[in-house]
Amino acid sequence: MDLFRLMWKFFRVGAMNELQYRANLVLQLLQSLLGLVTGLIGLALVFTFTNDLGGWSRSELLAVMGVHIMMGGVIRMTIQPNMERLMGEVEDGTLDYALTKPADAQVLISVREIRIWQMTDVLMGVIILLIAIDQMQAGIGFIHAIGFGIAIVLGGLMIYSFWLMLTTGAFWITQVDTIIQLFDGLYQAGRWPVGIYPDWLRTTLTFLVPVAFAVTIPAEAVTDRLTIQVLAGAFVFTVLLLVLSRTVWKIGLRQYSGASA
Amino acid sequence: MKSTIRMYLGYMRLSILQQFQYPVRNYFYMVGMIAEPIIYLVVWQTVARARGGAVGGFTAGEIAAYYIVWTLVRNMNIVLTPYAWENRIQRGQLSGQLLRPIHPLHIDLAYFTGWKFVVIAMWLPIAAVLILVFQPAIQLSLGNVAAFVIALWGGFLVRFMLQWALGMLSFWTTRVNAVFQLYFTIELLLSGRFVPLSFLPDWAQSIAGWLPFKWAFGYPIEVILGRWSPQEIFFGFAMQAVWVLIGLAIIALVWRAGVSRFSSVGN
Repeated sequence: MDLFRLMWKFFRVGAMNELQYRANLVLQLLQSLLGLVTGLIGLALVFTFTNDLGGWSRSELLAVMGVHIMMGGVIRMTIQPNMERLMGEVEDGTLDYALTKPADAQVLISVREIRIWQMTDVLMGVIILLIAIDQMQAGIGFIHAIGFGIAIVLGGLMIYSFWLMLTTGAFWITQVDTIIQLFDGLYQAGRWPVGIYPDWLRTTLTFLVPVAFAVTIPAEAVTDRLTIQVLAGAFVFTVLLLVLSRTVWKIGLRQYSGASA
Repeated sequence: MKSTIRMYLGYMRLSILQQFQYPVRNYFYMVGMIAEPIIYLVVWQTVARARGGAVGGFTAGEIAAYYIVWTLVRNMNIVLTPYAWENRIQRGQLSGQLLRPIHPLHIDLAYFTGWKFVVIAMWLPIAAVLILVFQPAIQLSLGNVAAFVIALWGGFLVRFMLQWALGMLSFWTTRVNAVFQLYFTIELLLSGRFVPLSFLPDWAQSIAGWLPFKWAFGYPIEVILGRWSPQEIFFGFAMQAVWVLIGLAIIALVWRAGVSRFSSVGN
């Protein structure tokens, strides 16, 4: 329960902080819109030449895009700002302040920052997803919605674990800011279903950078492609990643010597 | 003249040394950028195969070639961004540069030119891997390669000048982010970076013809792929020259007015 109280407190502080800068909302909205327009143009171009891309129809790909935008918003709203702050603090040696607090350090470093304006992307993604579902002839049933909900939570947790491990790398090599660039690039690949990529890239996007789990699999849930076996597999892999990332974090923490103390 | 050349060589050496200091960082950066063209490449190859081999006049192998050359052009296209300009002005760093006896344009140009040699050296192994993986179809001829080298540097100059000119907007307002983003989106779509321009509808292609973007991006790529006749190639050089001159003219006109508005805080 403490965990949720802590998260709520930080969420409120973060939200109040961001609400000071309302002009940023307009900017963020513009950025989201431009990204959306670019994505839609890409989709439209592809479908002037063909009627299906690797077995996915136009409205199904729109659903993938919706999930991609939504998940991207969640990552930039919650995961990425926290990890960026952690990287900075490891570099500066100011992580001491977080470590000396009477809470689990991993929890603390994971909930301190929130960028609420990124909510625009989350909302936009949801809208796109709903439009896509509306366009699909089949529609979606209750069971699909449940599958989607589970898949999206698992996907988010996997991305979190992945980010945490990347960031923990900061304990050994302090210059890791370009990692964000690297992740952004790879995340872009999730705009299309990973099935279209060659084997080596698909494997990378599934197990090394869990973009497939975060975007393609939730999208498979709403397009009636997801099997219970895959979902179970995703669950096992999520647990595995969570345990692994916590272990890596603990080992990394021992590496940290601080600067102010 | 002689001292200008010495200045250029000096700054170029400086940037080469600086950039080789962070090889890992530079590589991560470049690898992160590789994801974008690979995505386009795979998507369009899938489309080409679904259509039985070609799309918009490109076979699957030619699409691979297009996007592999793309990676070099993209790296050559990185210049001083308007965001860096914004930073410079907001933090007052420009005042230090104004004190030097030469125009800051020279310093930036020399610095980025030097950096490009580092970029090209680091690009070669990446290109080798991409060629092995994606099997591009390309017929190189000596003439096209030579023209490509010129077009590549010409494209760098076009983009350098225009971005520098755009960045000067920051003299008047410190909230120009929105303008930049709009500009970059149009550039992305109409330069040949997003897709080869021949994939676009005709009206979009004719708009692209009136804008500078394709001369910095799509044009050099298509030159080395052998898609342009010699006359067209020379026309391209001329267009690059025109746009560089337009950029320089804007810079010359706006610079004085801009600097007189600039007041720095702190130093």
